[in-house]
Amino acid sequence: MIRVALLVAGKDLRIERRSRVLLWQVVPFGVMALLLCGLALGPTQAGHSSAAPGLFYVVVVLVALLMINRSHGVEATPGTAASIATLGLDPGGVFLGKALALAVELWLTGIVLLGGCVVVLHTGLQGTLEAIPSVLVILGAIAGAGTLYGALTTGGSGAATLLPVLSLPAFAPLLIAGERSFHSALHGGSLLQWWVISLVALAGYLAVGILLYGVLEES
Amino acid sequence: MVSGFPLLSGVDLELRAASLTVLVGANGAGKTSLLRLLAGLIGLRAGEGTVLGIDLATGERRQLRRHVGWLGHDGSFYDDLSVKENLTFAARALERPLTDLDAVLERVGLTARGETPAKQLSAGQRRRLGLAWLLLRRPQLWLLDEPYASLDDEGRDFFDALLGEVVARGATVVVSAHDPLRSALLRPTTLTMAGGRIVGASS
Repeated sequence: MIRVALLVAGKDLRIERRSRVLLWQVVPFGVMALLLCGLALGPTQAGHSSAAPGLFYVVVVLVALLMINRSHGVEATPGTAASIATLGLDPGGVFLGKALALAVELWLTGIVLLGGCVVVLHTGLQGTLEAIPSVLVILGAIAGAGTLYGALTTGGSGAATLLPVLSLPAFAPLLIAGERSFHSALHGGSLLQWWVISLVALAGYLAVGILLYGVLEES
Repeated sequence: MVSGFPLLSGVDLELRAASLTVLVGANGAGKTSLLRLLAGLIGLRAGEGTVLGIDLATGERRQLRRHVGWLGHDGSFYDDLSVKENLTFAARALERPLTDLDAVLERVGLTARGETPAKQLSAGQRRRLGLAWLLLRRPQLWLLDEPYASLDDEGRDFFDALLGEVVARGATVVVSAHDPLRSALLRPTTLTMAGGRIVGASS
């Protein structure tokens, strides 16, 4: 399973490196969305830092939805899907590989967006740096859940609409835990409970994905 | 089944090992559906079917797929990866040695295109890449969905020669096409399909 996961993750990241969709489309979109959030809060800096964690995760969800659609879109051509199906790859490994590649892409985007938070939303540099570990865990869990729901909606008509509708309830606890832990890192407070929720969610989505991805592929 | 209508109905088919079969028929005749059924890509809702000793009705289709090679008319690989990257991915997935890669590329005439992204290949070159993928896999059953579409005469001759080779080596090949094969080299069994049924056969 690990061999297949590394193979699939390497393939997805190579496709990303070649197509530059992340670099030229997703990251600029995320930065623009963050900038618009900053403008919407007004010219005064008061309140920006408090709103920053929530706005950061709103933007993260938007870019994650783009990335999930992209990640599954490369497999969706009927001929490609059939060819890959006949390779007989372990579905658990395929899930892990796609989730890993998506997580790496989200981590890179997340780091850029955190930099944007410092510049646009005036979050303190020290607090933002302290938030990075929890952000990485939450983004990993979003990648796991997103890969699962992406497989559920890929190929169906209205996939672009269905994906956010179906996945947002799964993302909700992650976004709450992420926002709270980022807020605690910026303004002080206990991070432990949010860490526990984040890690349990990450493990849960990965376990469910490994078990169910094959069933979703077949359906 | 699509919207309550069966994709295939009344299909009675027996394929010999090391043979070439051509499915001909108009669009919607059921050619691709039959190929997908043989590949284990769709399930059998009614009736009986065995491919390479695996029962199509019992849900072991994933096992069947490992022995089947599929070439779709709309490409069978990742457009953003180069020719070599696509083949390397397939070889690693199948745990085949990468040393086979150069020989396969040479066989299909794509040696000079190794670093070209698949999306920049012409229709004929894309078919050749699909064939390279299959040559690397060496499947027992080759299922080719309209491989002759938009190929020039040179491309068709190349395809015919290669199909003749793989059948001679013992593989079973099923090809879908709009018209019967014109090649004098190959002596396929031609099955005519219409409305999800086989309505005619000739050898």
